[in-house]
Amino acid sequence: MATHFKIEGLKAEIEGKEILKGINLEMKGGEIHAIMGPNGTGKSTLASALMGHPKYEVTDGSVTLNGEDVLDMAVDERARAGLFLAMQYPSEITGVTNSDFLRSAINARREEGQEISLIRFIRQLEAKMKELDMNPEFAHRYLNEGFSGGEKKRNEILQMMMIEPSIVVLDEIDSGLDIDALKIVASGVNAMRSDDRGFLIITHYQRLLNYVKPDFVHVMMQGRIVKSGGPELAERLEAEGYDWVKEELGIEDETVGQEA
Amino acid sequence: MTTQTILPVNAEGLRQLSEQRQEPTWLTENRLKALELAATLELPKLEKMRIERWDIQNYGSSKESGSIASLAEAPASIQELVKDQESGSLIIQRNSGVVYTKLSSELAAQGVIFTDLQTAIKEHGDLVKAHLHTAVTADEHSVSALHAALWNGGVFLYVPKNVEVSSPLQAVLLTDNEEATFAPHVLIIADTNSSVTYVDNYVSEGSKAVTHNGAVEIFAKSGAKVRYATIHQMGTNVTDLSYRRAIVDNDASMEWIVGEMNNGDTMSDTHSVLKGNGSTSDSKIIAVGSGSQKLNYTTRANHFGKSSESQMITRAVMREEAQAIINGITKIEHGATKSDGQQTEKVLMLSPKARGDANPILLIDEDDVKAGHAASVGQVNQEQIYYLMSRGISREVAESLIIYGFLAPVVSQIPLESLQKQLQAVIEGKLGQ
Ligand SMILES: Nc1ncnc2c1ncn2[C@@H]1O[C@H](COP(=O)(O)OP(=O)(O)OP(=O)(O)O)[C@@H](O)[C@H]1O
Ligand SMILES: [Mg+2]
Repeated sequence: MATHFKIEGLKAEIEGKEILKGINLEMKGGEIHAIMGPNGTGKSTLASALMGHPKYEVTDGSVTLNGEDVLDMAVDERARAGLFLAMQYPSEITGVTNSDFLRSAINARREEGQEISLIRFIRQLEAKMKELDMNPEFAHRYLNEGFSGGEKKRNEILQMMMIEPSIVVLDEIDSGLDIDALKIVASGVNAMRSDDRGFLIITHYQRLLNYVKPDFVHVMMQGRIVKSGGPELAERLEAEGYDWVKEELGIEDETVGQEA
Repeated sequence: MTTQTILPVNAEGLRQLSEQRQEPTWLTENRLKALELAATLELPKLEKMRIERWDIQNYGSSKESGSIASLAEAPASIQELVKDQESGSLIIQRNSGVVYTKLSSELAAQGVIFTDLQTAIKEHGDLVKAHLHTAVTADEHSVSALHAALWNGGVFLYVPKNVEVSSPLQAVLLTDNEEATFAPHVLIIADTNSSVTYVDNYVSEGSKAVTHNGAVEIFAKSGAKVRYATIHQMGTNVTDLSYRRAIVDNDASMEWIVGEMNNGDTMSDTHSVLKGNGSTSDSKIIAVGSGSQKLNYTTRANHFGKSSESQMITRAVMREEAQAIINGITKIEHGATKSDGQQTEKVLMLSPKARGDANPILLIDEDDVKAGHAASVGQVNQEQIYYLMSRGISREVAESLIIYGFLAPVVSQIPLESLQKQLQAVIEGKLGQ
């Protein structure tokens, strides 16, 4: 079935404070959407609410993936249904090696008794790590522990490549990456592009979008998508900043909680 | 106020028992003296726990168990532990006595002595007499006194000068009759520049209350290297009181690996006395508590020798309503210059009713030393659970990954692969997976 992801009127709050004020977004397999927007406007909150972070409470709206109610699912069910979030700040977990973790993630998608063989897993892992120009020793390091900012981001992409989700949300995957790493990560994303996979890329910079061409660009302010357009929108934002958008929409303070 | 210790045996009974076993007079006298002490001494004082309330009076009486000729006859409860050990060096104690002893011919040829302690007393009396109850002495409290009075079966290991034993020697200590006294004594003497690894398992079968009152005494002579690994995996019916102590001479090293995997209340005290200059001690304690267990674990390093070094690590996971007090005591005596004592205690709590209390204590009587401690007590980090789950891993698996991850930095340092695997399996069992 063709991938179809739909967010309608999504509202979410954290500790009683409403952050998302009604998000509407529709994505199909093969599409790449970019979300841009100033700091503190709710981009990561959207990503977390979609994934089901326990701190965020969804108060209204719906999210469906191929017609299935995502909000009704536990975090792990969402992931197994095809959702993936590369986090802005991935957790560090001492004692759990990267490879044990990834193998558990892959096996979580398989029936008992149908677990991936160790040999096959290692081959796959080594191949993907090579594509991402990662030192093989990272397989045996504890999950994200002591990884540099850029190494963590690369590790998120590695997970995406191993898990092969159908809806990929990348939250500032480009922050902390050097120029070469940015190209590598971008080519990793491009290698994963397919007709049945959609991408939602949260970014502050045009740089990444030069390598991964978006079909749609959305601007978030005050917990809403306030403007949408094609790739040219991102270019204009890069060149001129957000003031013109704010002016156009009559927004004084773009952060959440500062209603127009 | 004194809590009167109820003696499980009277002097006359003890004398008869000793005579029946044809023990030398010095030992009979030792036992009787210890029994007298037991009547007058107090129970040990545990940090933040009242051992008075524990079920620690279940000594039963001495019962002989029939010896077994081959491992195929070993009780089912320990089959898993002893299989493949046909040719290895192995001692099995069942209840009040040792039922199986085997020393590999290779080690026998090197002059290694490995036998039950009762036999050692007959065959190597002087050697035993010079060391028995000199590390864990009878006069410390009523528990050590009772142990000295009642100990039975036991393990004696002697490694001669310059002999390096490469494969580990093993003992299994089983209690499966609640009417039998279970008080094994392990005595290990590693002579000058020798090296040895010894591994034992404490196992139980049955459901009626048993008190295990055990002591381990280790003497690492100059330049010797001793590695002692023990896994206690006894049932809810067993209260485990274990004192382990090593006297470490010049340039000798002691390594403790302790798996506290019991299901009943447990008091353990693992102690290195760094007597010699340049002596070192390393202890790793891995513990899992469950049910309504009360647990009191203490590791100690006592520095007397100059440039002596100690490292103590405890990692404990507490689930359900388990309560643990975890003490680390690094004591550096005056004159132990250039010594270095480091300790870390970490507790991970899996349920709101579990309790963990880590008490790192540094007692330093010398200026020219290094010492440090770190302790932490915490719950499973929900952010980490979320991260793992966001990759499709179920909450259950995510939690167990985090728990194993918490123990892994210590478990992975265990130098024997077989022991690592064994411990892993026991941990899995205790975590109910
Ligand atoms: N735990 C919290 N308690 C209170 N406010 C919070 C909490 N978490 C997030 N917020 C607020 O929600 C708003 C949106 O945060 P969010 O992280 O979604 O922004 P963002 O658009 O991703 O910003 P950035 O570009 O800096 O990553 C911010 O004002 C933030 O301070
Ligand atoms: Mg953000």
